[in-house]
Amino acid sequence: MLEVRDISAAYGPVQVLRGVSFSLGAGEIMCLLGRNGAGKTTVMKCIMGLLPLSAGQITLGGIALDRLAAHEISRHGVGYVPQGRRLFSELTVAQNLEVGRLARRSGPEVLDHVLGIFPRLAERLDQRAETLSGGEQQMLAMARALCLEPRLLLLDEPTEGLQPSMIEAIRHVVLDVQAAGVAVLLVEQRVDAVLSVASRVTFVENGQSREAMDIEALRADRSALVRYLGVQ
Amino acid sequence: MEFGPYLMLASLEGAVTTAVLSLTAVGLSLVFGVMRVVNVAHGEFFMLGAVLAWWIASAIGGMGGNPALGFVIALVLAPLVVGSIAAVADLTILSRIDYDPERTIVATIGLLYIMQQVTLMTYGPDARPVEAPFNARIALPWVEFADGRPQIYWPWGFGTTTYKLGVIVAAAIVLLGVWFVMARTRIGLIMRATQLDRDMALAFGIPVGRVYAFVFGLGAGLAALAAVLVVPIQQAHYLMGGDPLLLSFIVVIIGGLGSLPGTVLAALLIGMSDGIISVFFSPTLAKIIATLLVALVLVFRPQGLFGTRATR
Ligand SMILES: Nc1ncnc2c1ncn2[C@@H]1O[C@H](COP(=O)(O)OP(=O)(O)OP(=O)(O)O)[C@@H](O)[C@H]1O
Ligand SMILES: [Mg+2]
Repeated sequence: MLEVRDISAAYGPVQVLRGVSFSLGAGEIMCLLGRNGAGKTTVMKCIMGLLPLSAGQITLGGIALDRLAAHEISRHGVGYVPQGRRLFSELTVAQNLEVGRLARRSGPEVLDHVLGIFPRLAERLDQRAETLSGGEQQMLAMARALCLEPRLLLLDEPTEGLQPSMIEAIRHVVLDVQAAGVAVLLVEQRVDAVLSVASRVTFVENGQSREAMDIEALRADRSALVRYLGVQ
Repeated sequence: MEFGPYLMLASLEGAVTTAVLSLTAVGLSLVFGVMRVVNVAHGEFFMLGAVLAWWIASAIGGMGGNPALGFVIALVLAPLVVGSIAAVADLTILSRIDYDPERTIVATIGLLYIMQQVTLMTYGPDARPVEAPFNARIALPWVEFADGRPQIYWPWGFGTTTYKLGVIVAAAIVLLGVWFVMARTRIGLIMRATQLDRDMALAFGIPVGRVYAFVFGLGAGLAALAAVLVVPIQQAHYLMGGDPLLLSFIVVIIGGLGSLPGTVLAALLIGMSDGIISVFFSPTLAKIIATLLVALVLVFRPQGLFGTRATR
C-alpha cells in the first residue's frame, strides 16, 4: 500500500537521505531501525511532505504523495505521530483532537471512538496539552492522529521517555489499530518492543535503507541488530 | 474647577487613542503571532484605509448620497479592499520569499514605498477630511466640593463629541469580535494551530499558505478599519501611516509579541498615557516616554510586560 522508492532528501546543503526504499502492506506493522541520526525521522517528514524529495517517489495506494502539497497528504488517510509529540501546546485536549478531525472532516462518532481508546483523555478534555503528563501527551498525539481515521499511521518513537506500564498501553493500542486494518510505520529504539509488535523491519544506516527482514528471521538471528545498531 | 475636568478630558482623548491604537496593533500582533512576519508596511495599510474612506465617502457624496451612508459604506468596504490587497501581496510576494525574516522586512519596506507613492500620485499631497456620520457635542457635568457643599458645573465649555464615544464603542465591539473568532470558532482554531506549530498544522491538513494570506489580509483590514474610524477626527493624508506603525510596534513589543490580550492592555497603557501627557505636557513628550518605555521593556523584560513566556 505504501511504496517508498529510492528517496533522497536534504536539509539545505546537507544531504541526509541517499536512497531509502521499502514498502508496507495494509494492516502491516513495519519498523525502521537505525542508529541516532540515521534519517528515520527524516523519512517520515518526507512522507508527510514536510521536506521535499530530491529524488525518488512515494506512493500510497497508487497516489503519488510526493506530488501533493503537504496539507493534502493527511486527507488521503495518513496520520502522523511525530517524535517529541509536537502537540499544539497552548490548545486544550479537545481542541487538539478537533484539529485532528479537520483534515477528513471526521464526525463526532470518530471522536467518541478515539476517546474510548484513551479514557484518560476523556477526563481531561479542557486541560491544556502542555499541562498533561508525558504519557498523556503521547496518548493525545496518537489520539489526534487517529481522529483522521488513518489507513496509514506513522509513529515516531512513541515510547520515548515513558515508563513500562505506559509503553505496554501504547503497544496494545498499536496492535488494536493494526487489527483494524491500519498500516503502521514505526520508528522505535526498544528492540524488545519492536520484536513484539512489528511484522517486518527495515534497517536504515547513514541515510540509506539496508536489508529488510521478517520479524521471525530477526528473532532467529539477531546478528543484524549487532551490525546496524550495535546491540543484540 | 481645577485638575479634575482636565484629567477627564485627557482620559477621553486617551480612550479614543487607545481604541484606534488597539485595533491597529492587534492587526500587527496577529500577523506577527501567526506568521512570524514583521510587517513594516502595516502603517501604509492604515493610510490606505483612510484614503479609501475619503474616496468612497466623496464618491457617495458626489452622487448626492447621505454623508453618513458614505461613511458606513467606507467602514465596510475600505477594510475589505485593503485586506484583499494585503492578501494578494502575501500570495505574490511574501510567500515567494518563504517568509524569510530579513527578506520579508525588505519586501514590506518596498510595499510601504509603493503604497505611499502610488497614493501620492493618485490622491495627491493634501490632507482631506471625511465627515463623521454623527457628531453632536456633549457637555459633561462635573461635580466639585467647594465651600462645604457640592457644586455642579454644567453645561460647561468642555466636553466631547458623540462620534468620539462611537469610536470607542466600535473598537471595543471589533476587539470582542476578534477575540471571539480566535477563541471560539474553527477558523480561529486553525489560526492558532498554525501559529503554534506550522509543520504540524500542515501534517493535519491545514492549508497554511491560505491561512497566512487570510491572516495578513485580516491584520491589514484591522488597520484599515481603525483608520476609517479615525479619519473624521484626523483627516486622510498619504504620510499618515508613520505614527500608527511606530505606536503599534511600541504596543506590540510592550504587550508581548504575538499576545492579543497583552497587545490590548499595552494599547490601553500607551493610549491613555499619550492622551494624558499630551494634554498636560506635550504630544512630543508622550512619544518620548513611550519610546523610552519600549527600550526599558526590551532590556528588562523582553517577553513584554504582559507576556508570560520568552519569545520563541
Ligand atoms: N532541520 C534539520 N536541519 C538540518 N539537519 C537536520 C535537520 N533535522 C535533522 N537533521 C540531520 O539529519 C540527520 C538525520 O536526522 P533524523 O532526525 O532523521 O535522524 P533519526 O534517525 O530520526 O535520529 P534519532 O534516532 O536520533 O531520532 C541527522 O544527522 C540530523 O542532524
Ligand atoms: Mg528521529
